[in-house]
Amino acid sequence: MLPLFAALVAASTALLIFAGGLVTSTGSGLSVPDWPNTYGWFMFSFPIDKMVGGIFYEHSHRLIASTVGFLMVVLAGWLWRVEPRRWVRWLGITALGAVILQGILGGITVLWYLPDPISIAHASLAQLVFCLTVTIALVTSPAWTRGYARGGAGTPNDAALQRIALLTTASIYVQIVVGATMRHTGAGLAIPDFPFAFGHLVPPQWDAKIAIHFAHRVGALLVLVGILATTGHVLYHHRDRPELTRPSWLLLALVSVQITLGALTVLSHKQFIINSLHVVTGAIVLVTSLALTLRAHRSRFAERAATTSGASAPFSSQSAGARA
Amino acid sequence: MTSHFRLSWIPTFVLAAITLACGGGQNQAPTGTTAPVANPVDPATAGSVSGRITFEGTPPPATPISMKSDPNCQPGSAAASESIVVGSNGGLQNVFVYVKDGLGNLKFPVPATAVVINQQGCRYAPHVLGIQVGQPLEVLNNDETLHNVHAVAKTNREFNAGQPLKGIKNTFTFTAKEVMVPFRCDVHNWMNAWVGVLDHPFFSVTGTDGTFELKGLPPGTYTVEAWHEKLGTQTQTVTVGEKAIATAAFTFKS
Repeated sequence: MLPLFAALVAASTALLIFAGGLVTSTGSGLSVPDWPNTYGWFMFSFPIDKMVGGIFYEHSHRLIASTVGFLMVVLAGWLWRVEPRRWVRWLGITALGAVILQGILGGITVLWYLPDPISIAHASLAQLVFCLTVTIALVTSPAWTRGYARGGAGTPNDAALQRIALLTTASIYVQIVVGATMRHTGAGLAIPDFPFAFGHLVPPQWDAKIAIHFAHRVGALLVLVGILATTGHVLYHHRDRPELTRPSWLLLALVSVQITLGALTVLSHKQFIINSLHVVTGAIVLVTSLALTLRAHRSRFAERAATTSGASAPFSSQSAGARA
Repeated sequence: MTSHFRLSWIPTFVLAAITLACGGGQNQAPTGTTAPVANPVDPATAGSVSGRITFEGTPPPATPISMKSDPNCQPGSAAASESIVVGSNGGLQNVFVYVKDGLGNLKFPVPATAVVINQQGCRYAPHVLGIQVGQPLEVLNNDETLHNVHAVAKTNREFNAGQPLKGIKNTFTFTAKEVMVPFRCDVHNWMNAWVGVLDHPFFSVTGTDGTFELKGLPPGTYTVEAWHEKLGTQTQTVTVGEKAIATAAFTFKS
């Protein structure tokens, strides 16, 4: 039940990120001027018939955030009670703390009229919260506990894959932070055409917004290269490991969708649903890459567990990772 | 006795410090080290500047506004954007015309009468207006829905006030001149207004015929600016003689 619940929390977090994307895309961030109340009402007693215009997006975002916060309290408590691995228990506490901090940042950004640094921090921390919930869902899953054992062997300890996957995941996160910066500084249409920039490969004119926008486009190419390298490595060297090939195929599909959505965001002049789908798809690309990275590192978790428990034998088969 | 006296001042100083630190868009006294005089202009010599602002070329078609996101906003007729409104004779409406320079160190009295922005039919009326530093600005919700009054000021302090019920009125004041302060309602993203804040009373907003008049100016040479939310600004130098009416004409094109 716990892995399923953790997966539910992760899915709720994705929904929350989409709702947050809608708030920014519709320019509704300040449609509710107060916080934590809503026009003086206690948040949960705000009349539904008053959720009009921008309030619909902002107040929905707050309600979903509160629900995710509640689910996170349950998840952290559940982990604390039943999870034998200390680091996983603390992962739950960390996720809960991150959600609380995220809520406070959300409140501050409203009360301070959406200052860019706070709004960007709010968007960036949301991705980390999503990463934490997905990590919890992954490491509590039965397959992780079994060490993804197939035919007596767990996930291979491939140092090259571990490095490249980690680098790719980190680059996706940086790319999302750049995207959040572009979004919150109003640079989303600083370069109005696609795939070119003012009809050129490189913008012929520069200012801060154009630089941020162009950095996001260059970042997309770098991320694509990283994903192609990671997935290419997996599909060439580990095609018999479904725990690696499945997220690889998914990653390839998602990054294709994401680049298409990015192009459509510009070409549609930031149509708010396309724009918000671009935000949430970016988050899903990140956690898919993270899941692949964690699985690539699965054997190291087992080694660590074996070392911690005093075992001298190197990792072998599924048994060593039973509680890693 | 002396120490008691000094201690008794501490709360006063603290309150004064808090008041200064929290100074902002609401309920502020006008700034300035020199007190305004009752009337620095001699009415016997005062003149004025009048003129007309026109739009050259074919005006762009009015952009329709969809108010579907709030069923309480029911326009009587098809609503359209007010960003460029041109009268039948080419007069350009909603242009803020004001004396930008030339008044020197004159200080003018601040009217006690409030300027009113009415929110009705999920629109701001008027769409463009002027006000003096320290003069009260009343913003009234006349709709059966919620509005937020969000002034995106740069020089003055930004503020955002919720008006959840019909009949709610908020009063604001500005502490510094600023042309222009954008007002918007984030609930209804089509609602916007512009407020020109000045430290003198010589401003006007063009009506449907594009005319304006700046009355009661002391004789002198002034820089007059015409500001439009989409078409930018234009300036002219105008000399006003004793009891004379100077003219200025501006032409905007898209």
